[in-house]
Amino acid sequence: MEKNIKLWSSLGMRATFGLIALDLVKKNPNLIITTSDVSTSAGLDRFKNQFPENYIDVGIAEQNLIGVSAGLSSEGYDVISTTFSPFQTLRCCEQIKVNLGYMKNKICMVGLASGLVLGNLGFTHCSIEDIGTLRSIPNISIVVPSDPFELYKLLNKAISYEDSIYIRLTSGANSKIINSKDYDFKIGKAVEILKGEDVVIIGNGNILHNCLEAAKQLKEKEINCTVINCHTIKPIDKDMVKDAAENNRLIITVEEHNIIGGLGSAVAEVLSEEKNSCKLIRLGANDFYSSGGSYDYLKNIYGLSIEKIIKTVLSNF
Amino acid sequence: MNLKKTKLFAENIRKNILFTAHKAGSKSAHIGGALSVADIFAVLYSDILRINKKKIQDENRDRLILSKGHACLALYSALAQKKIISKKDLETFESDDSNLLGHPIMNKSIGIEFSTGSLGMGLSLGIGVAIAAKKKKKKFKVFVILGDGECNEGSVWESVLCAGHFKLDNLFIIVDRNNFQQTGENKSIMDLKNLKSKFKSFGCETFEINGHNLKEIYKTLNLKTKNKPRAIVANTIKGKGVQMFEKDNNWHHSIITNTTYKNILKNL
Repeated sequence: MEKNIKLWSSLGMRATFGLIALDLVKKNPNLIITTSDVSTSAGLDRFKNQFPENYIDVGIAEQNLIGVSAGLSSEGYDVISTTFSPFQTLRCCEQIKVNLGYMKNKICMVGLASGLVLGNLGFTHCSIEDIGTLRSIPNISIVVPSDPFELYKLLNKAISYEDSIYIRLTSGANSKIINSKDYDFKIGKAVEILKGEDVVIIGNGNILHNCLEAAKQLKEKEINCTVINCHTIKPIDKDMVKDAAENNRLIITVEEHNIIGGLGSAVAEVLSEEKNSCKLIRLGANDFYSSGGSYDYLKNIYGLSIEKIIKTVLSNF
Repeated sequence: MNLKKTKLFAENIRKNILFTAHKAGSKSAHIGGALSVADIFAVLYSDILRINKKKIQDENRDRLILSKGHACLALYSALAQKKIISKKDLETFESDDSNLLGHPIMNKSIGIEFSTGSLGMGLSLGIGVAIAAKKKKKKFKVFVILGDGECNEGSVWESVLCAGHFKLDNLFIIVDRNNFQQTGENKSIMDLKNLKSKFKSFGCETFEINGHNLKEIYKTLNLKTKNKPRAIVANTIKGKGVQMFEKDNNWHHSIITNTTYKNILKNL
């Protein structure tokens, strides 16, 4: 498994998704992957060639993608749909609402390259609104795997999960390893990946690497951070949030998303109902579209770089 | 087909539509577009669809998807005529917690395959179902009923292209071409021009028929095609069957008062 973790990490989430899909279909011939002309981008070329009967490309037509997927699901197929995150979510939002939310046809949607990784292509291809939008639709769960290994664990559970799931992939090739050893993964249950006692940093996706690095450097300043991988945004792990609020005086959420509607909002919603609440700082895109640029450039602008996370902790602690 | 029987079936669908719309009272109902598609429903439910009310969820049943969901009164009326639902059920139309709201809600136990009403979504679902049938080597057919106004939606054309591409000859697309949409005539709101040629160029086997000629509807639905989905543009009259409603778009969504109800029953 350790060998896989290294290989997958170098491939990144998208290519790993394609590899895992091969594994999944061998175990489950009832699986169909539907796409909108993204076989290469999703690492699915081998899948497409080896399992043509389990692969349906509907062309660049995402509204139809969701409808066709829901139709297949209603006839008993296990369906994973995939395309780039903005098109997998906002482009077909009402189809998701009606077909998956309202009617509860169950599919698993994989949003490729979400967050800021495609910043060089401009904000048409970034995705900082997907979670906020989908979070308001009943019967859709939202999971943001922290690294390809977690994606592997997630995909193996997502097919048999009770709701439709939106799986949000972040970062590109050479993604960071967040989980270097096997661990217990459950949809809806956050994972403490670093234990501290002063500040809690809650993040998800590959940006957790920056959270861990920031925590490491803060330790040198005698601030011990707990870092929590809150991979599932919906349903949010309320116990984790309550526990963090009770035992700490500062929570910082870190996400590659607008701070409105995403992880920070979900945590704030839980805290707002608690008597023993604590201060919360939400790091992420502060409700504006910045000029485009590299992944690092955008992470810095939105306060998600290691340095800026450290600075935020120090100035609020 | 027993023409006399189908004709009676169509008449009863119309009566059910008017009965239910009248019962709905001030809640009002989509009437014009239900009446225009009534004859198509009559042929489908009387002579074409392989459905068995005792095994309503049989996996081999034909699937009907009413993509123009606002015409739900035609669907409910046909289901009542088939005794899949009761006349008493019709009286619950649009009331609290009813199975029969102003747009269909998925309820496979009473023959409603999907929730529709947001236009332009039904054909994509039908394609998914038709592909599933092919994969499972099942013989059932999928019928999707679109409105002409609905064909303004871009998503309709995404799905038509897809149906043609996948050569879904188990799929029937029926357009209720009544020439009106919510606020006026198609040609003044958004001119659809030649619908039949559009479907043809998207890869369908196309037919243009009189959507009130029961024999012609039946004949067309029975024609064999291979490797192409069928698209049937059925020319209809909005409000058909009730003279004072015909081609009067005020009856797109309206209230049938007691007085109107008495009058129209006399002249049906």
